[in-house]
Amino acid sequence: MIEKTFTIKNRLGLHARPAALFVQTSVRHNCKIQVSKVQSGEEIVVNGKSVMGIMMLAAACGEQVKVVLEGADEAAAMKGFEALFQRNFDEE
Amino acid sequence: MIVIKGVPASAGIAIGRAYLLENEEIVINRLDIAPQRVRLEVKRFKLALEATHRDLDATEAKALKMLGKEHARLIDTHRLILRDPLITKDVPKRILDEGVNAEFALSEALEVVNQTFEKMQDEFFRERRHDLFDVGKRLLSHLLKQEKKGLTDIKAPSILVARNLLPSDTLNLRENNILGFVTDLGGKSSHTALLAQSMEIPAVVGLSDASQRVKTGDQIIVDGDQGLVLIHPSPEAIVKYEKAREQSLQEEEALERFVGVPATTADGIRVRVKVNMDSPEELKPAAALRPDGVGLFRTEYLYLNRPSAPTEEEQSRIYIPVTRAFAPQPVVFRTADIGGDRLTQLGLEGPKNEANPFMGLRGIRIFLKHPDLMKTQFRAMLRAAPYGKVEVLLPMISSIEEIQGARRVFFEAHQELLAEGVEVPKKVPLGIMVEIPSAALMLDALLDEVDFVSIGTNDLIQYTLAVDRINEEVAHLYDPFHPAIVRLLHQIVETTHRRDKKVTVCGEMASDPRAVPLLVGLGVDVFSVTPRMFLRIKQIIRSIRMEDARAAIHKAVRMSDSREIQRLVGEL
Repeated sequence: MIEKTFTIKNRLGLHARPAALFVQTSVRHNCKIQVSKVQSGEEIVVNGKSVMGIMMLAAACGEQVKVVLEGADEAAAMKGFEALFQRNFDEE
Repeated sequence: MIVIKGVPASAGIAIGRAYLLENEEIVINRLDIAPQRVRLEVKRFKLALEATHRDLDATEAKALKMLGKEHARLIDTHRLILRDPLITKDVPKRILDEGVNAEFALSEALEVVNQTFEKMQDEFFRERRHDLFDVGKRLLSHLLKQEKKGLTDIKAPSILVARNLLPSDTLNLRENNILGFVTDLGGKSSHTALLAQSMEIPAVVGLSDASQRVKTGDQIIVDGDQGLVLIHPSPEAIVKYEKAREQSLQEEEALERFVGVPATTADGIRVRVKVNMDSPEELKPAAALRPDGVGLFRTEYLYLNRPSAPTEEEQSRIYIPVTRAFAPQPVVFRTADIGGDRLTQLGLEGPKNEANPFMGLRGIRIFLKHPDLMKTQFRAMLRAAPYGKVEVLLPMISSIEEIQGARRVFFEAHQELLAEGVEVPKKVPLGIMVEIPSAALMLDALLDEVDFVSIGTNDLIQYTLAVDRINEEVAHLYDPFHPAIVRLLHQIVETTHRRDKKVTVCGEMASDPRAVPLLVGLGVDVFSVTPRMFLRIKQIIRSIRMEDARAAIHKAVRMSDSREIQRLVGEL
């Protein structure tokens, strides 16, 4: 199992399009993917392969999300997510 | 008389009786499913999922045809939602675990998501749940085997009044006796509004409570120009609006006299006005306009919603009658400008994930990667050549190698057909779309390889100004009068004319009454326009003096302010 915390830098946060990009990366990998965000002391955990799930996090710019992966291809998957966050989901 | 003000979504005036589309509150009952039948219930749900996927395909095809690929992207989001584990996994699990009917399981699953969304502080995020509703409703209607109530029941011509209209509903209005529509929700740039505009149905949206105020049978007037809805209009108002409607009809009729007259400027310079076509269904109305040919026949639709690419036979069966209908005027067939996502659907290897499809594998890039697809299409187009005058156009050209690569395949296709005894003319013109700045900048070199150029202004503007038109944050920066665009267009026309070749503009600019004087002055040879605007554009061209337009452009290419250019062009 590996995990990594990312800070969201694109202005509109993880809205529909970035969520879609995230999920398109997720579904290419077999490992289990959980994404979570801490909100008012509570941790909200969603399925990283669900576009509605990601959108339900309502992760805004500046907030942090934790991506937890478990499975044979977890390392490759993490690389994919790192690239996405690094590129700010191709938004400003 | 009550007058309410909303958002003008689609121009025109409609006068008639209201038909209130009841807010469909679908009541869902919890039914217990016997343990031996739960598997069947899951199966029923899966079938509804498949049916909904097919719905989306059909909606996408219609949306693509009417609105173009940018708006059809909305469907992709809906598809992703339909594949979401919250729907594909959780619902069957609920059916199995709780022994309940699919409808109930689905509505429970949606409700959980909805509650989370409703709690969100951020309005932007909260509004995303409408996409979920749209998909959820479609699924439910398939489960309930319920035809969407309403539209098909409307017997007399009516004005539709609804809380909200989904894009998929809007697509069916024309065939259902609808004179116009008004909705409580929606904005000017909603998909519903754009559809109404392209179908020329007057519409006012964003009225907040029109569906509460109006009853079926009430007389109403929709003023799509000013965004007004008049309920129980006074006799004076009816007279006034009937006059206005009459007048706009007369203007349309007046345009009829431009059918068949040559597109000549006021000082006698002949230009060509052709039509753009997206599918063979447009053949009859397009031919009735008697244009100077078809400047752009898009073939993307042929590759939609199917598990394999269209065969040569299938394609030529479409290209031949189109070619024949316009002969001796030329028809320009463009090879498919499809995106990489299509490849996978056609059973071919495509890109795994494209963060930015606009700059990804599309158009000529796909065809160079799959020369078999390209050759099949070339062969089908060339097969039509003996029936009239065929020209072939390549989209998304960014370098000379791409043209050379395509030309090799074009040459092979031509030779093969000749060897097979098909009487293809010796010379079939091959042209390129100039829609990527690199092609515009090195056009002098590219012209060695091609017979004509066609400017795709939409993409050229987007790529030059780095503006994604569907991104609301920057859409206002999309500007056909931007000095850089005017200079670039000027350069394209001048370069091409120096080589004695012709320039077509097939993008939206050619159909935009404000932009046409600019293009005339720039010296554009062919205007390829959407059939709906054909006569209007011809009328404008006939009213312009070429000498004045040229003089204005001479100044415009030296200006640095878009508004100044617009003012100058506006005076023509």
